[in-house]
Amino acid sequence: MEILVCVKRVPDPAENEISIGPDGGDIERDDLVYSVNEWDNYAVEEAVRIAERTGGNVTIVSVDDDEGEEVVRRQMAMGASQGLLLTDEAFEGSDGLGTATILAAAAKNGTYDLILTGAQADDGAAQVGGMLAALLDWPYASVVNLVETNSDGPLRIGREIDGGSQEINEIETPCVLSIQTGINEPRYVGVRGIRKVASIELPVMDAEALGISAETVGTAGAKVRRVDYFVPEQRAAAEMIEGSTEEIADRIVDLLRAQGGIR
Amino acid sequence: MDDAMVQRPFSPASATIAGIPADLLFLLVTLVGVGVFAWVIWRRLEPLRRARPDPRLSRIPERLVMVLKYWLAQWRQPRYMLAGVLHIVVFFGFLVLAIRATELVLLGIFEGFEMPGLGGGLGAAYHVVKDYAATAVFVAVVILAVRRGLFRPARYAVPEKLGKDHTPEALLVLGLIGTLMVSESIFEASLFAAGAGSGHATALTLTWAFERLLSGTEVPALASVNLAAYAVHDVTFFAFLCLLPFGKHFHVVTSLFSVFFMRLETGTVKPVLHGVPDADLDHLESFGVKTFEDFTWKHMLDFYSCVDCGRCSDRCPANRVGRPLSPRFVSIKARDYAFEHYPAFRRSAAEPSPLMGGIYGEDEIWSCTTCGACEEECPLGIEYIDKIVDLRRGMVDDGNVPQSLQKPLASLEKRGNPWGKLEKKRAEWATGNGSGTPVKLVENGETAGTLYFVDSITAYDDRMQNIARATARILARADVDFVVIGTAEKDSGNDVRRFGEEMLFQVLKEENTESIRAAEAQRIVVSDPHTLNTLRHDYDHIPPVHHVSELIADAVACGELTLKPMTDPSKAYTYHDPCYLGRHNGSYEAPRRALDGIPGLRRVEMEGNCRDRAFCCGGGGLMLFYEPEEEQRMGVVRVQQAREAGADVIVTACPYCLTNIEDAIKVAGLEGEMEALDLVELIDGQLEREVEAPDLVELIDGQLEQPQT
Amino acid sequence: MDARVFVYVAHSAGTIDDTALELATAAQRLFPGSSPTAIVAGSGVDAVAREAARSFDEVWKLDTEALAYPNAELLRPLLVKLLTPGSMTLLPHNTFGLDLGPGLAVRLGATYVPDVVDADGLEGTTLKVVRQEFAGQVSAHVHCNVANGAVITIRPGAFPAAQSGSASGQVVDRSTDADGIAARRRFVELIEAETGDVDITREEVLVSVGRGIGDEENLALVEELSEAMGAAVCCSRPIIDAKWLENSRQVGTSGKTVKPKVYLALGISGSFQHLGGVKGNPFLLAVNKNPKAPIFQSADVGVVADLMDLLPVLTEKIRQGH
Repeated sequence: MEILVCVKRVPDPAENEISIGPDGGDIERDDLVYSVNEWDNYAVEEAVRIAERTGGNVTIVSVDDDEGEEVVRRQMAMGASQGLLLTDEAFEGSDGLGTATILAAAAKNGTYDLILTGAQADDGAAQVGGMLAALLDWPYASVVNLVETNSDGPLRIGREIDGGSQEINEIETPCVLSIQTGINEPRYVGVRGIRKVASIELPVMDAEALGISAETVGTAGAKVRRVDYFVPEQRAAAEMIEGSTEEIADRIVDLLRAQGGIR
Repeated sequence: MDDAMVQRPFSPASATIAGIPADLLFLLVTLVGVGVFAWVIWRRLEPLRRARPDPRLSRIPERLVMVLKYWLAQWRQPRYMLAGVLHIVVFFGFLVLAIRATELVLLGIFEGFEMPGLGGGLGAAYHVVKDYAATAVFVAVVILAVRRGLFRPARYAVPEKLGKDHTPEALLVLGLIGTLMVSESIFEASLFAAGAGSGHATALTLTWAFERLLSGTEVPALASVNLAAYAVHDVTFFAFLCLLPFGKHFHVVTSLFSVFFMRLETGTVKPVLHGVPDADLDHLESFGVKTFEDFTWKHMLDFYSCVDCGRCSDRCPANRVGRPLSPRFVSIKARDYAFEHYPAFRRSAAEPSPLMGGIYGEDEIWSCTTCGACEEECPLGIEYIDKIVDLRRGMVDDGNVPQSLQKPLASLEKRGNPWGKLEKKRAEWATGNGSGTPVKLVENGETAGTLYFVDSITAYDDRMQNIARATARILARADVDFVVIGTAEKDSGNDVRRFGEEMLFQVLKEENTESIRAAEAQRIVVSDPHTLNTLRHDYDHIPPVHHVSELIADAVACGELTLKPMTDPSKAYTYHDPCYLGRHNGSYEAPRRALDGIPGLRRVEMEGNCRDRAFCCGGGGLMLFYEPEEEQRMGVVRVQQAREAGADVIVTACPYCLTNIEDAIKVAGLEGEMEALDLVELIDGQLEREVEAPDLVELIDGQLEQPQT
Repeated sequence: MDARVFVYVAHSAGTIDDTALELATAAQRLFPGSSPTAIVAGSGVDAVAREAARSFDEVWKLDTEALAYPNAELLRPLLVKLLTPGSMTLLPHNTFGLDLGPGLAVRLGATYVPDVVDADGLEGTTLKVVRQEFAGQVSAHVHCNVANGAVITIRPGAFPAAQSGSASGQVVDRSTDADGIAARRRFVELIEAETGDVDITREEVLVSVGRGIGDEENLALVEELSEAMGAAVCCSRPIIDAKWLENSRQVGTSGKTVKPKVYLALGISGSFQHLGGVKGNPFLLAVNKNPKAPIFQSADVGVVADLMDLLPVLTEKIRQGH
């Protein structure tokens, strides 16, 4: 199975405290450490496992500037044979549809049976996979936590739906799946793994190579625009208990008792 | 020789069995026995020939000392007193009886054979010694058999999932040894009873007992007894010999070699592949041990030499708290694998099979804290840490790393510390909120004779920053001009390396080496034993490294540091030896001397669990992040040991130990009753607070002159 | 505002979902004065459609066997056919909405506005909304050009549910439009989450534990406290991911929805995914080491403390009280 996995480079939330820059236009990025979006990491692992079972290749693609190369290579080191970096000044400021449009052009450039994305990324929109499927006119399933391949037949997939139940579907290929965390245990990529793929050529494609007209993507094409970041005012913050451990414990016991929390 | 021939009324070599000359039969037994033994040994060497290289022929004089100490003098045996003493008896009995056994074998082939040099007085003396030796061995074997068969010490138990109990094998071998002793004695006794030789058997020996039993028996009957005893001894001897390479008693053959080739250093980790310099590591196809053949030949020899005595596992903290690791079975399972895949009489298995998921489990191999208790205990110096590290290297190379460790490893790569904290905050403990002592930074262009390498946990952890500040104050008070690297310092990587991420370690090492050299210091001081260990053993071409406890002990001894007496002399203090200070670097006394330098401090020892037998607190570095399956925390066991020793305060000299022990005190519900402190915190609290000494003022001035950055 | 507004009414077991009434509120906040049309899709949904008609002036009913299970892939082409060009469609931002929404927006040529938590109003063709990024650490003002319509997903819980009215809206049966729908993705079965030995959805007092507990062993402290209180233990997702407790104990949008009277949150940061599973406005007492933890914005009472220090003392005091 030929699989394309779309990945995004994001500030690693585990390693960073996100704070807002002085003008509110962006978050403070100077001290941020970037890594692959966590969901995408699961998607790459799943793709590699599927390719290990069924044969075929995994290609990692990302819409990013030059900085994206590191993330694409790291994901390639998990077992993907190819990478693709989609870079153009015109891509900057793309909204979800812009990103999906760029990725769709790249997908049409190859012959893929399956496209995986992460279920969501740092902006929490969870949109690119579904848009990509619609642009390609392929079936789509979101928050996928199980992928079973059958020879020739449709894929049997599980979706993690609200309440923690699993919705089992059959889906025809080619299709787009957005992958939920926990579907697998992604393998570790160390310094050595990255060095191993360092010499593989990483093709870079711009708008022209992809056949995209610049005004449909990037800031020019974006219909959704973030104006600024802000920290919402704390509403009705909690009454804070202070004091020694003893005093705090006493107060908690009183409160719990008053509220019927101790039975 | 003529005399002896004349004196013997009968001899096995001149007898006939079923009409066949016995010397021919005994020659046949010998040839078959030696032949089979040689063949099996040849086969046993096959995996070693396929194994990875391991140069072990350096430093021969030291190796000979090891042989004298650990092999001949059985140095570690008495650490388990009963079993150890019995083993020493059997061991020396074997040494003495080896000569006699050889002599006996040849006696059945060559009429009247006598070991050269063992005629005359020396021979007579030898006979007395060997009779006592045989008797002692026999008695020891009986005790061992009773102990093993009836009392069944817990450390020999085999968990159900790991196969059958090993007691039958042990009893079989003990039985064979007993048979050898008895048959040799009967052989001798029958000669004495027939009046051959001079006088009687040495009193109170097995031979003596059998001689009394046989006295009065007719000579022809004695001749039959003699021949039968000989035959039993001869056949048993070769059966025993040929059985050795099929089980744990292979150590009888291999232990000498294992000890000769044993590691001469502690605290080190073997290179990924011997003979490949660090700079060429990128060219290696594969890292670490993935199949059995990836082990070095010495490590395979270790598997053969394991006696299954269980001391390693008895001392292993992971095993103690119910983690799925028992070092004994790391060896036993590998030996079983070797025997199965390289059988003595069949073809070797064609394809090597992966060890992980085969004989070893992932959790098993990640469970090790590399505390070194197993290696400290093994009477034969079998190595475990290098094997565990090699297996981990294999897993890391395959991407097979627990999720709980992937984040800290990625953070180490990106930020140089496992929490992913900002580089610019690395020296905040010194520049920020009131360390009380100005600290020079290499990044400000400052240099000093001493470099204090702080390392990650001490630099970043709110609680452990106390250690850094206390260390700084102590150094200042002891007139030590020191400097700290600052934001360019990376994690020293001790545990990165020991968790198998060699290339990441190499990156950290390279960056740190550059920073260390930039400091232009003549020595390095550390407060974290993990840092001490890796800088000392894994780094090259950097100044000598000392743990701050050594400095304190020396400074107190020569009066450079004066310490106030304890205000509460009723409290009892115990010292917990950090594994990487004690076992791996041999520093047991300096911290104790430092403690004893505080007037009025009452110190108690956790007897049986201190110094080289200190129980690991739970491990440092990446082990903080690993989520093991376990029934109990190591730290809790340690805290209980301290409590049993009557201690109120556990003093350690390692930020990881402090973290684990403080947590364990909470988990054990002993908060308020017990506390944990780092040595530097305790010492810092006992420093005489005088008016600023001139040198300290100078230091402050020096700091103030620095450009503000 | 001329564009027509549609609201997707999710339902289960014959009743409309909370999200439908939240969408009704959101529709008024985003498009004041609009009169949204509710869409009720499913099989045998007369009662649901009638229930929806109490809150919406017009209800489109799509009642067909094929939609017995709400399969977004089936519904999407149907909606593309039915929805007026340039209309505004509101969906819940849950695993159904994000299955359906992005593709629907593309197919309608509409702008996709995902995961809206607040509205700043509509100016001409610019819809101003508030979203959250970086797992809720920061919010963002977002402006969307909705000249060609929009598909908007609303975060569950972000808007209060509209009062279920008594108005009697009109139910329009559009079921025939669904004739012959087919999709390349077929629903096979639903594997229900396990209930486990304790049904936390029925407990009145819950002690909930999150990542802040640090170590699996420390769960014992939580269990002891819970036992002393006579409460049940539940948790947030990281505890499940670490396999420290069984799935049935998870509270949150990907776990159980609980309605306790007292909720003691220990070491829980307070992500919306977790709090989305806490309903019924319980007395919420939060303990966290981090004074900036978002949970303190939702809690009634907060304590900044190390759980390892506090829990043993607290448990002991409660035991003594008995």
